[in-house]
Amino acid sequence: MSSERQSKNSSESKSSSQSGKTSDSRKISGAKSSSESGKTTGSKSAPGSKGAPESGKKSAGPAVAERLSVFKTYKLFVGGKFPRSESGRVYEVSDSQGAWLANAPLASRKDARDAVSAARKAFGGWAGATAYNRGQILYRIAEMLEGRREQFVREVAGGEGLSPAGAAAAVDAAIDRWVWYAGWTDKIAQVAGGSNPVAGPFFNLSSPEPTGVVAVLAPQDSSFLGLVSVLAPVIATGNAAVLVTSHRAPLPALSLGEVLATSDLPGGVVNLLSGTAAEIGPHLAAHSDVNAIDLTGADGDLARELEIAAADNLKRVLRPRAEDWTADPGTGRLLAFLETKTVWHPIGV
Amino acid sequence: MSPLSPLTAPSGLPTVPAHGPDAAARLATLADVTASDAALRRFLHGLPGVDAVGLEARAAMLGTRSIKTTAKAFAIDLAISMIDLTTLEGADTPGKVRSLCAKGVSPDPTDRSAPKVAAICVYPDMARIAKDALGDSGIHVASVATAFPAGRAARSVKLADVADAVAAGADEIDMVIDRGAFLSGRYMEVFEEIRAVKQACARPDGGAAHLKVIFENGELSTYDNIRRCSWLTMLAGADFIKTSTGKVAVNATPANTLLMLEAVRDFRDTTGVQVGVKPAGGIRTSRDAIKYLVMVNETVGDDWLSPDWFRFGASSLLNDLLMQRQKLSTGRYSGPDYVTVD
Repeated sequence: MSSERQSKNSSESKSSSQSGKTSDSRKISGAKSSSESGKTTGSKSAPGSKGAPESGKKSAGPAVAERLSVFKTYKLFVGGKFPRSESGRVYEVSDSQGAWLANAPLASRKDARDAVSAARKAFGGWAGATAYNRGQILYRIAEMLEGRREQFVREVAGGEGLSPAGAAAAVDAAIDRWVWYAGWTDKIAQVAGGSNPVAGPFFNLSSPEPTGVVAVLAPQDSSFLGLVSVLAPVIATGNAAVLVTSHRAPLPALSLGEVLATSDLPGGVVNLLSGTAAEIGPHLAAHSDVNAIDLTGADGDLARELEIAAADNLKRVLRPRAEDWTADPGTGRLLAFLETKTVWHPIGV
Repeated sequence: MSPLSPLTAPSGLPTVPAHGPDAAARLATLADVTASDAALRRFLHGLPGVDAVGLEARAAMLGTRSIKTTAKAFAIDLAISMIDLTTLEGADTPGKVRSLCAKGVSPDPTDRSAPKVAAICVYPDMARIAKDALGDSGIHVASVATAFPAGRAARSVKLADVADAVAAGADEIDMVIDRGAFLSGRYMEVFEEIRAVKQACARPDGGAAHLKVIFENGELSTYDNIRRCSWLTMLAGADFIKTSTGKVAVNATPANTLLMLEAVRDFRDTTGVQVGVKPAGGIRTSRDAIKYLVMVNETVGDDWLSPDWFRFGASSLLNDLLMQRQKLSTGRYSGPDYVTVD
């Protein structure tokens, strides 16, 4: 390492030798100092770096300075920002073997309330964006995920106890799912809408429109592929989402927030809350400003209870069912959160 | 503590309202400080300086109280009853004013137990429409006047503006002070203008519209100025002092409202005359409103916790209070679909 630097510097000093005596001498002194610093870093041998030849010779050298680990503070994603839980609570997230991975915020009902108002604020702009623009942004999310693939593979493997290969396959499938739904944004209207033949002098057109603010209880088992599979179709059609992550493995979801924040997705379109579906779910299900709820992450009794609460303001409800996240997603989830607007337009005979 | 060294505070005076018949006599006891421009300046500049850091810290500290359950329900209803529901847009129409009046009478059509607001605040040309729409509901009509919001017009025009609004049936007049005169130190000019407007508030039947004086704190720039302005306007006979027009960047803040509350408290201690306070502009959430109520309770106490002595100048605040009210009564979070759009 040090020899490389030296040679590079010396070549520089050669090339600049014509530019005057003073600058020339400066270059040479620079080369000297860099070779010295190269030696010192080599002898200290930071973890992960390949030791310089000198360090190999010193068998009883100074103790290796161990680098302190930098732990990540996982936070919620609400309104395009990364707040801690309003309640100040966190809970321990552990891997499948029970070893501690990180602390995740434990969202409260007030975080859910804030998330719903952020989603409501973002809904108009997102629903009004062109389908083409939404598609571009969803594709951008896939691009951003691709760049942070290793991080997600690590988090998925830790949280779900998958082998590295298995986790990589899940992450790849999740990235591909964003691309799949990115393609659907400007095509769903043709599939779900169209002109209707009517018995009268009318031109009759149906077009699908987003439902509004959709609360999503993400699947508990598949922390990333399942999460993307329920989230992407909701926002692809122009809805705004308030999502409660898997309780056991929330880390990939919280990291996804960082990806969404850098993908041109307007703040508030997706809001991610880590916590328990049993605590936050009832408040979302009863919230009058939530237009639909996806109960995928709720188990039998809870799902029933939430569906009853959701009936108060006639929310659309997507009931939980056994799903294979690796299978072809189809358009079922896209169509679940759409309203059909039909226009009757008189025509001259 | 004697904040008013030039004065000898008469102790044990019974309190009289600023809009009552006895207030003038009480103010006359301070005639010496308003006798001349020099005396007035000496008095206002003799007021103790404001500790800005302490004031803001106190206001922030009072904003941290947790008000829950029954206390919250009480505070929400009290706040609704203190609202001057306001529409001051160039685009105001008679229809909009009428629908605002209907909303003021019955803020939540799904829940008749919601209290009505204190007043409807409009431009002078809408005062008669508001008066007719409100009828005998008991809600006051407040009209801004004196070339609101800038106040840059000849005094004769301002007085005509006020007389017009009073003739149209306004129960309350929200005037703006001449900030230019105040900032350039022509205190007597401001004082006399307020006096003149107060006279113009008189009705032929012997009553008078209540006078609220707007400072536009955002333009007074220092806390010392706000304190001086409070005393100046109260000495001139204001029934209410109001923070701002809502038309500039800085409107009511907890700190400048706290300062004005302290001023009305000290003024009552000195003269026995009770003056109301109205923060306006920028108060949009129930949370904010409750913070102000805590501040009133902690600074001037129960005597001011009524629509007669404390008002909120607001428009969107009402919807947020109604949504909170619905949350408390049903247990479910409400949304903007369940309150009227105005």
